[in-house]
Amino acid sequence: MDFPIELLINAIIAGILLGGFYIAVTVGISISFGMLDIVNIAHPAFIILGSYLVYIVNSTFGIDPVLVGILMLPVFYVLGAAVYQVYYLSFEKRGQEALRGLAFFFGILFITEVGLILVFGVDYRYAEAPYIGPALRFAFVDLPYRMLIPCVISLLLLAALQLYFSRTFIGRAIKAVSQDQQALALMAANPIKIKRIAFGISIATAALAGAFLVIIQPVEPSVGREYIGRVFAICVLGGLGSLPGTVVGAMLLGVVESITATFYGPSWAPAVAFGFLLLTLAFRPAGLLGR
Amino acid sequence: MRSRVFLIVSIVAALLVLALTQAVANNYLFFAGYVVLQFVVLATAWNILGGYCGYVNFGSAAFFALGAYTSVFFHKTYQIPIPFLMLIGGIVSGIVGLGMGYLTLRLRGSFFAIATLALAVVLQTLIINWDYVGGSRGAYVIRPNTIQVLGMAIPYIEYLFLLMLLLAVAAIVTARVIERSRLGYGFATIRDDELAAEAAGVPTLRLKLIATTISGALMGMAGAPFPYYIGYLEPSSAFGLAYAVNAIAMPMIGGTSTWIGPLIGALLLGTIQQVATVTISSAVNLLIVGVLLVAFVIIAPNGLVGLVQQRLRAKEQR
Amino acid sequence: MTEPLLKVDGVGKRFGGFVALDDIDLAVLPGERLGLIGPNGSGKSTLVNCICGTLKNETGAVTFDGRKMDGLAAHQRTILGLARSFQLPRPFHSMSVADNLRIPLLYAVKARAGAALSSTQLDEHCVEYLRLVGLDHKARKLPRDLTQVEMRKLELARAMAAEPKLLIADESMAGLSHSEIEDILKLLMQLNARGITIILIEHIMSAVMSFSQRLAVLVSGRKIADGDPQEVVRNPEVEKAYLG
Repeated sequence: MDFPIELLINAIIAGILLGGFYIAVTVGISISFGMLDIVNIAHPAFIILGSYLVYIVNSTFGIDPVLVGILMLPVFYVLGAAVYQVYYLSFEKRGQEALRGLAFFFGILFITEVGLILVFGVDYRYAEAPYIGPALRFAFVDLPYRMLIPCVISLLLLAALQLYFSRTFIGRAIKAVSQDQQALALMAANPIKIKRIAFGISIATAALAGAFLVIIQPVEPSVGREYIGRVFAICVLGGLGSLPGTVVGAMLLGVVESITATFYGPSWAPAVAFGFLLLTLAFRPAGLLGR
Repeated sequence: MRSRVFLIVSIVAALLVLALTQAVANNYLFFAGYVVLQFVVLATAWNILGGYCGYVNFGSAAFFALGAYTSVFFHKTYQIPIPFLMLIGGIVSGIVGLGMGYLTLRLRGSFFAIATLALAVVLQTLIINWDYVGGSRGAYVIRPNTIQVLGMAIPYIEYLFLLMLLLAVAAIVTARVIERSRLGYGFATIRDDELAAEAAGVPTLRLKLIATTISGALMGMAGAPFPYYIGYLEPSSAFGLAYAVNAIAMPMIGGTSTWIGPLIGALLLGTIQQVATVTISSAVNLLIVGVLLVAFVIIAPNGLVGLVQQRLRAKEQR
Repeated sequence: MTEPLLKVDGVGKRFGGFVALDDIDLAVLPGERLGLIGPNGSGKSTLVNCICGTLKNETGAVTFDGRKMDGLAAHQRTILGLARSFQLPRPFHSMSVADNLRIPLLYAVKARAGAALSSTQLDEHCVEYLRLVGLDHKARKLPRDLTQVEMRKLELARAMAAEPKLLIADESMAGLSHSEIEDILKLLMQLNARGITIILIEHIMSAVMSFSQRLAVLVSGRKIADGDPQEVVRNPEVEKAYLG
């Protein structure tokens, strides 16, 4: 039998590139859920919001989408800090984050999606840039630029964050607050402020992820929901709060999704992520790299 | 009020509602009323796991759709009267709820919530790829115009309305019976402090599984008549976001600690939405629900019932 | 030689790289009054959690009443007769003080006895336990209306309401006045006289010394002494680590 080895290799490579993009999508949750224990299921909504904002600026002014994403980082940081402040005052302080915090983020997810539908409708939107379309070719291997560039920048983003969390004072304080809030308070650092900074960073990454998303594929408001499962699947697979784990989980998911889509059809792809998530939660909730 | 008395009172209330609909001879009332009653069931069912036990289910649409697609499956295979379809739908959804619970309830509540989201998507993907029940193209369910009930011919929609009314009564009575029982106390301890509950001898996993099963089963029963109501079932409407958000918003706005909250939330929000969909647009109507959910969760976390209770307590202390 | 009611064999527990418990051996005879002391962070509560099933110990075994506890959930151990109070009170916030006591009666006691108590019997039991700790006048109140001290008493009462064979009282006396401490001690003595084995974990040395028949000392996850209270406090290691 003629095993389609070229198809398989392309699928794997595409999966790796996809995995790189997934890193950018997930790293925010690694911070908010993995380190701060905040179940922000609205994270994909912020990503989609980012995508639409990038789309507007890109189609109006013709500015490169990745550049727009970078310019939006501070905007989204402020947004994230504001959201955390509301979350903290309404829920964390009162100790009710379990039920009500979840409902809160679900509400935000929902409002964002419906709001986008009302403003933009359900048509697909996409960004325009010179590198969307052409691809790098090595023999039979296709490396589309629109996948390659987000992948590379995602890895850089992850490396930068890893450095931040291990070298800077605030970065290490953020890692510390996930272990022991009381100890942090004793160190005269304000845990609330630290968490606010961390959550701000988490949402800021969504700006960049949103830019990548609209480069890689056309977006419409409900696309965000497909990513909820992916994001948490990667997080749980890689072990909560571990940035290197995020790479492993993202790559693994990307490759499996890619192979599934290539050989069984793209309509099965969403089930892959969520199926992974269910299986991991059921059998190895500490993740592959365990904690 | 003892449970038996409550049952009688609710049946009487249901009969009154029925009498009212007979007085106003308008079929539209049945169409709209069916949807509101459906939400009463969904909200009450959600609250058994969410409000009583504190475990949030984001995938209510999945259990609802399971019931609906079970009906479609049988419609294509072998016609069965709707009441039986409801039972089967309930059993199927209940079993899935049990299975999912068994996989995920040993973990933290937040993991369970995420798993419910995952389940909804997995089920939707499975259904989309299953051509026998229509796949992504959807399935048509032809329903008759009238049906014989107790020797009388009544409009089919009135028949569906009746069934949903009965289910709503059953759901509310179930919720109330649970609330006042040993089971209800156990649920409350899980919500308040699961660790302390275990230490006090409460078999938390078993109780959570019971809650998930009952909740899922009721949602499945609510979904079973849906294909007959709507005539054409396709995945995006069955798994629609409207069900997920309403199932959460209605109890949280009404009040999660008792059976009254979901009922009030469903009646209020359900009616508002029926009006809004007709007058404004369905997207704006969903937006309103979302905004109300967030507002209530921040400002009035115990819902409308909670606000009333606060007022009463303030009066008592004066 | 009587079989111990509770046997802890080589129990160990780590949190990541931190060793919370290191090879703990402990035996408690039926009807005994054991005192357990140690500095903060020495692993006392972790040990209690492992014994009661709230945490899983990595090494070693816990045997209660002749049965191995491995794999048994916390609620099963409570049903078998092992009850504990939490160091930081964990009341059920949404229900009244009396209802807080109903829970162990409805679940632990019922599971053990098989037959259900009638509603009136339940109420009577609840009131009785509340009276024992001096909280009967607050039966209808919610936990948030209680003082810190009253919450500790509620915590202890809830453990008692599970009608255990062995009761672990984890720092129930913190913040109590001298007379209140006396009351609790008297209560614990009464329970012990009824045959209930008691492990008392406390920092208040006078209470521990007057109550315990035997004293065990935990320091940095290891048991460094175990025996007659008077001898244990004179042990130089104990003096250095704890009393000094």
